[in-house]
Amino acid sequence: MEEEKVRQSQNKPDSDEVIIDLPKAGASFFRGMRDAVPIGLGYLAVSFSLGIACGNADLSIAQGFWLSALNVSSSGQYAGIVLIREHATLIELILMILIANARYMLMSCALSQKLNPNMPFFHRLLIGYGITDEIFGLEIAVPGYVKPRYAYGAMLGAIPGWAIGTCLGVFMGNVMPPVFAEAMNVAIFGMFLAIIIPPAKTDKIAGVFVLAGFIASFIASVAPIVSGLSSGTRILILTVVLSAIAAVLFPIKENIEEEAKEQVEAFEAKGGEK
Amino acid sequence: MSVYGYIIIMALVTYAIRVVPLTVLRKPIKNKFLRSFLYYVPYITLAVMTFPAILDATSMPLYGALAFIVGIAFAWINGNLFVVEAGCVLVVLACHYLH
Repeated sequence: MEEEKVRQSQNKPDSDEVIIDLPKAGASFFRGMRDAVPIGLGYLAVSFSLGIACGNADLSIAQGFWLSALNVSSSGQYAGIVLIREHATLIELILMILIANARYMLMSCALSQKLNPNMPFFHRLLIGYGITDEIFGLEIAVPGYVKPRYAYGAMLGAIPGWAIGTCLGVFMGNVMPPVFAEAMNVAIFGMFLAIIIPPAKTDKIAGVFVLAGFIASFIASVAPIVSGLSSGTRILILTVVLSAIAAVLFPIKENIEEEAKEQVEAFEAKGGEK
Repeated sequence: MSVYGYIIIMALVTYAIRVVPLTVLRKPIKNKFLRSFLYYVPYITLAVMTFPAILDATSMPLYGALAFIVGIAFAWINGNLFVVEAGCVLVVLACHYLH
């Protein structure tokens, strides 16, 4: 009920845009924000362990803040921290980030099907910044086209938590007693395991390649020649090689962009949105 | 390169990845290999970054190894992120006070 009012008052300033209210149509800024606040709280806690890792690489609170505020990615940022610690070269850095964050390309492609082709171009520049797994998840669940202001609400509800949590992590890592700080070092790995292990239970092939990743990475860290490479380079090479093998042997079937497009078409067919 | 140099390069690359498909491509990726590759990358890169790095994260590799095993077990049984993280951290703390 309250939400109805909010949305209607939201609609007044730009009366050229007619919004037919559907449940969960997600038209408003506040709706986006409300949907994203739980994500932001999760981010606050998750990025804390990323902040600990930043502190271990001698990043300051301000550097941790900018790293998180500008990148908003967990695995990409952690890979970046590894490379910063090792004073990696520019090429290494670019390649590593390209690979670690390449999946956002897939999400961005899917989201491009969910944006109104007629909306002003600058919205795409801003919405693009906020594509994370979770925010994308909210946007893709909206029936029909995603309103820019919904995306902005979602971004504002979630992303500050990511940046603030990182700052807290750097700060706490610096002031905690050493025993606790050492224990906190493993938190980020716990987070990674919590991301990769549960899907590995249902997707057996992904599971096999997670296991292969553990083993190959261990071998690469002790094997002659390869172990001489920086760990950043090893991560990069192993990721590319194993993912390529997996992609050749076990190509996937599902297609999120097509689903997104079908969703929009089905929604329009129902006269849901202009 | 300064730390801020690294941060800015990372930010630019990440932003480009996110915004190019939204502004220029505007269509689905059809290539099956690329789609599959992108699907597997997160699992594999996180796996590769986790082990054996977790062994170096603690003063004794054994503590890290135990945290790794407990982390996998907790993630397998429950899957909740905070439960898994807390499990790993508590194992290392317990090792310190009990070993």
